[in-house]
Amino acid sequence: MSEDEEMTKVNIASSADIIAARGKGRELAMKMGFNVVDQTKITTAISELTRNIVTYAGKGEVTIEKAQSETGDKNGIVVVCVDEGPGIKDIGLVLKGGVSTSGSLGLGISGAKQLMDEFEIKSKPGEGTIITIKKWLRRR
Amino acid sequence: MDIPILKIEDFLVVTIQSELSDDEISKLQEDILLRIKDVGATGLIIDITALDIVDSFMGRTLSNVAATAELLGAKTVVVGIRPAVAVTLVELGIRVKWNVNTALNLERGRKLLKQLIGAEQRGGVS
Repeated sequence: MSEDEEMTKVNIASSADIIAARGKGRELAMKMGFNVVDQTKITTAISELTRNIVTYAGKGEVTIEKAQSETGDKNGIVVVCVDEGPGIKDIGLVLKGGVSTSGSLGLGISGAKQLMDEFEIKSKPGEGTIITIKKWLRRR
Repeated sequence: MDIPILKIEDFLVVTIQSELSDDEISKLQEDILLRIKDVGATGLIIDITALDIVDSFMGRTLSNVAATAELLGAKTVVVGIRPAVAVTLVELGIRVKWNVNTALNLERGRKLLKQLIGAEQRGGVS
């Protein structure tokens, strides 16, 4: 299997794209051997972050691919969500959860962080947001 | 895609068969409320057994449906949450803001609805 087949990019602009993105995430997670609970967590995290893209930025993209830890001892999945939307003013507040400017539950970013093993956010007001999330396969 | 809304006694049963787009969700919400009004339903069961993911958006939608149904006099019970979905919802932190009645399956959902309605009628007398 070539490396290309292990990387998927989905343009996000509508709720149909959200469904497509999480389908791709589920597919790769399943193929990599994540258990059903972890598959569901990964898929849900993708759903939360792509939903944010649609709600706040209007459009953006998500990349889903295999990942390896820096030490090379862990395999997993990495999801990168990129948009050029309004950005986030107070990242600390958003990470606490329960805060929303759109009438939602405000659990998107805090939830995605909780569901994954690694979480990184870069955001500047007026420039956009890049969120990278990772989940590692548990050793058997 | 039209999602069938079945009537059993005074209850409506909606089975969500696949992942829904935002448009389908709003249409379903509307359809449910119209049906509640038309048949004078006192209870609503939403079966999500087929859903392998419930994100915070879907969670909020279910809770909104329950809240609006309540305004029309119908209690709502969500049934069929899969174990992996339950684990995920708890980690997501949804319980804090989620005020939805749930039951394991259709049968227990129906029982719970009857209890909820019974309790309200008893409470209403005093």
